[in-house]
Amino acid sequence: MILAGRAHKFSDDVNTDYIISGKYKFKTLDMKELAKHVMEDLDPDFYRKVAPGDFIVAGANFGCGSSREQAPLAIKHANVAAVLAKSFARIFYRNAINTGLPVLECDTDGIEPGDELTVDPAAGVITNRTKGTVIPAKPLPPVMIKILNDGGLAAHFRKYGGFNFD
Amino acid sequence: MGQTIIEKILSSHCGRTAHAGEIVVARLDFIMGQDGTSPLAIRAFQEMDGQAVFDPDRAALVIDHSAPSPNEGVSALHKLMREFAREKGLHLFDIGEGVCHQLVPESGRVGPGSLVIGADSHTCTYGALNAFSTGVGSTDLAAGLISGQMWFKVPETFKFVCRGTLPPGVYAKDLILFLIGDVTADGVTYMSAEYTGGAVTALSMEGRFTMANMAIEMGAKAGLMEADDKTFAWLGQFTRRQFTPVSADPDARYAKIKEYDVSSLAPQVARPHRVDNVCPVDGVAGTPVQQAVLGTCTNGRLEDLRIAAGILAGRRVHRDVRLIVAPASRRIFLQAMREGIIQTLVESGAAVVTPGCGPCVGTHNGVPSDGENVISTANRNFKGRMGNSNAFIYLASPATVAASALTGQITDPREFVKQVTA
Ligand code: SF4
Repeated sequence: MILAGRAHKFSDDVNTDYIISGKYKFKTLDMKELAKHVMEDLDPDFYRKVAPGDFIVAGANFGCGSSREQAPLAIKHANVAAVLAKSFARIFYRNAINTGLPVLECDTDGIEPGDELTVDPAAGVITNRTKGTVIPAKPLPPVMIKILNDGGLAAHFRKYGGFNFD
Repeated sequence: MGQTIIEKILSSHCGRTAHAGEIVVARLDFIMGQDGTSPLAIRAFQEMDGQAVFDPDRAALVIDHSAPSPNEGVSALHKLMREFAREKGLHLFDIGEGVCHQLVPESGRVGPGSLVIGADSHTCTYGALNAFSTGVGSTDLAAGLISGQMWFKVPETFKFVCRGTLPPGVYAKDLILFLIGDVTADGVTYMSAEYTGGAVTALSMEGRFTMANMAIEMGAKAGLMEADDKTFAWLGQFTRRQFTPVSADPDARYAKIKEYDVSSLAPQVARPHRVDNVCPVDGVAGTPVQQAVLGTCTNGRLEDLRIAAGILAGRRVHRDVRLIVAPASRRIFLQAMREGIIQTLVESGAAVVTPGCGPCVGTHNGVPSDGENVISTANRNFKGRMGNSNAFIYLASPATVAASALTGQITDPREFVKQVTA
């Protein structure tokens, strides 16, 4: 699977309250509704600006804060294809993979807002077509690749009835 | 090769000797979900074709984040949780019982050596009991409920050695805020924190819970400490279960070790909008505040209420300040009543709300207005955290919050503490 889209850039330490504010997350399980408020406190127009297949590109410690899975789900339902960041907070990282949102750890300094990117999550390779550069991503642990390939943890459990990493 | 506390706990739960960097599938001793995360977990449970919970005695659901329900959307989610709990035979702590991270320790199910997951990031709190407990999301929660297992990457450990004695008016909250400011919000990411040293062992269990609770604010997977007589005395109030303490080997390998002398530490404050934006109280003294919050899973325990009441006794909260108090559990609420602490707080002008999360996460119970400053004993001050992204949250100890509520501006509590103890 190769993903292609434009970069939307954010800084370090984007926390889960910025991704989706607590005032929305407790109200509903309707992720399409939550998606309308994604990143709202950092960029009120984000939901309108993002085209299907675009990427969130951020600095270090993306997704720090709460364990709310609404955070990766709202990003996914806003049609964002993947999140690229210098590093991720661990609960967000797990939740993203579990819910099938690709997350890639890489050096994002060379990516500017609006840059056209192609991303190969399995190979861990990002191509910045605007700048003509190739950016390697840190490989996911094999357990996570297995979960992502199965379509998320729910699908993994449906398939095996439990954890199966053999 | 020696092992850290977390390596030992994970080893004993996966059936082999595990070291940092390895992936293990480990057996769970306890599982917790709250009302912000359980509804999605119930949905994931169904998507996984889950039938039964692996062991209903080893799991509990808690309604604490929006309790009592502020609107019909939340009511529907609470109902979903109550029905799921009834159907699966799970214990559900309903509104008014308290905040999850107080209720799980009080349940007596978790102690030294336990392995716990909770669908809440501050699940690391039980590290104060020498347990490995960590926050997960809803899908992991569902997987845990079905299988009684979870996969983990065994983390490296960051050891904090805190020596010396905390001065009067300076508390566990000040110490942990200082450490977070020092190592920053991602200083311990993917690692486990081990707190050691005389200043840590000198802490009450309440103070230890505060230290463990905020480990996640440095990005840590866990915030662990060794068990001692205080740990077992505390647990003895709630259970007769036997637990075996877990200590690190002398030759355990640490990714990092940092030593501190706490003897001249001043009260600390985290400024908006980052938990690691920490300075001594002097740096922000005089900042006007409109709301003060005493409570949450960080500082809503009896000792916290008692310290605040000591400062507020016989005085009135400043007329421009709303002081909101949320005891961490019904048990604490009742004890505080018996000791006259609630009487003192209410006489001073406090509004007491249902035991639980209170206004911490912005769903109800005191959402600040635009441009207002809040001083709170909670653990997060992110923009929008309390339900309004145009408000400013400062984090501090119960003493600093109480002193600031009295004067209407951020205030060094040491003057008041001196008067109380004199
Ligand atoms: S009190 Fe605040 S930090 Fe603690 S569990 Fe509740 S919402 Fe989370």
